[in-house]
Amino acid sequence: MKTLDELRKIREKSQQKITLGESNNRVKIVVGMGTSGIALGAREVMKAIIEEVAIRNLTDVIVTQTGEKGLSSMEPVVDVIEDGKPTITYGNITPEKARKIIAEHIVNGKIVNDFIVTMLN
Amino acid sequence: MKSKSHIADTHKYNFNYENRVVLKNSGIIDPENIEEYIGVGGYKAWEKVLTQMKPMEVVEEVKVSGLLGRGGAAFPAGLKWSFTAPLKAEQKYIVINADEGEPGTFKDRLIMEGDPHKLLEGTMIAAYAVGASKSYIYIRGEYTLCISRLKKAIVQANEYGILGENIFDSGFNHEIEIKIGAGAYVCGEETALIESMEGNRGTPRSKPPFPGVEGAWHKPTVVNNVETIANVSAIINNGADWYKTLGVEGCYGTKVYTIMGDVELPGLCEAEMGTSLRTIINKYGGGMKNGKQFKAALVGGAAGVFLSNEMLDVKMDFNTLKEYEAVLGSGAILVMNEDVDIVEMLWSVIRFFRHESCGKCNPCSNGTTVLYNLIDKIRKGKGKEADLDELIRISEAMFLTSFCALGQSPLMPIKSAINNFKEDFLTKIK
Repeated sequence: MKTLDELRKIREKSQQKITLGESNNRVKIVVGMGTSGIALGAREVMKAIIEEVAIRNLTDVIVTQTGEKGLSSMEPVVDVIEDGKPTITYGNITPEKARKIIAEHIVNGKIVNDFIVTMLN
Repeated sequence: MKSKSHIADTHKYNFNYENRVVLKNSGIIDPENIEEYIGVGGYKAWEKVLTQMKPMEVVEEVKVSGLLGRGGAAFPAGLKWSFTAPLKAEQKYIVINADEGEPGTFKDRLIMEGDPHKLLEGTMIAAYAVGASKSYIYIRGEYTLCISRLKKAIVQANEYGILGENIFDSGFNHEIEIKIGAGAYVCGEETALIESMEGNRGTPRSKPPFPGVEGAWHKPTVVNNVETIANVSAIINNGADWYKTLGVEGCYGTKVYTIMGDVELPGLCEAEMGTSLRTIINKYGGGMKNGKQFKAALVGGAAGVFLSNEMLDVKMDFNTLKEYEAVLGSGAILVMNEDVDIVEMLWSVIRFFRHESCGKCNPCSNGTTVLYNLIDKIRKGKGKEADLDELIRISEAMFLTSFCALGQSPLMPIKSAINNFKEDFLTKIK
């Protein structure tokens, strides 16, 4: 049970969390888990990302899910969100491609051009 | 399929978030985390109506916004609420129609999967406006992901005190329950839906009395489509005047479309009311697949209309399409290229109606079978030109005499297919 004031505080806090603001996280990885995403293998992609993050002990990376963005043929879709950088959306991701994104983009800061669908500021 | 490097070179794929109202958060926030919804301004509208607005002011705001029902019939939502709001009754209900049975339509599914709290917030606002203490979301059983996410969302909303008793000390109580349907097309019709919800066989009731006066368990019941309700929080937050800046005169806001068939990028999009079919196909659907020519689009699902290339630049909104004897319906757009045979498509549509006719009234149950036999004959090359007139004559009779919208629906696709693509039929006949 929350009061309206508590709700407002959650709103402020959550707003920061989404843009990573003051949290300790450096990167947020978001996997599209709508029906078409899941049908095209988003669960396996999610599993691979979580595994890879754990194996590499990347404590400043958070992994979450979201619904569908709209382009079914680009699923599974993965967003990489970093403070002060454009949000990268990768498309048609497989577990192998996901591991490559972790190794190249998340660890070494090199965007994997071949998988990009959009780049938004 | 284009190579991946091509995608990277152009970055031409665009999710077009800038015009979104209903799907603003879908694909951005975690649908299973209420705090992410709250973080993007969620439940602000709920707070506003509870603390600053009287129920009739909420009804009035939605009425002024001109919000039209998005399930297909385009009935003004505020007007619907205004019938039920003033009634004195010991119990009133809100029912969300999430049955989404129109072939090719999956917009409500993606709204519920991507942003379940937005549906809950709109439902609560509607409930407050008409004075309902209980809401039901009637959802088809195939939508397992939607069901689990909505259930989670309801639990979270209760935990946070957003739902429940004496919400934020306002004295308003509300409870939301999910009812799972078994996937009958006719249960998208609001009175059949109510019958099914009550545990009866899903067949339509006679109207009047309309559900707004006598609905579920004979109590006043407002039945709204998912997409309609998903617009409500934005209208409350930003005001009716803001809403009317979107879309076209008399038909405001946005529409969620599902685009499929022979396009490069099938999926869903949200565009302002009045956006042309050409723009939707090219901008949101990525254009025709493999450079083929556009031949037809079936807009609005089975109960929709076959549009030819002459209609590519017509504004897509409820009123304009009506002028052309067409409908927007649920917003499903099935795009067909030059290789598609319209006779085959119409056959498939009529077969669907024959299968889904509920059997309550003769014009529909017999009519759909007669229509099927006729189109099947034509399809097999055994038809005559007079059979085309017969298809129209029978579907017109069904339109005039059927008990509910199901039996009235075959006329649209049949008439538009024959009028706009007569050549396809004549080829089969000769």
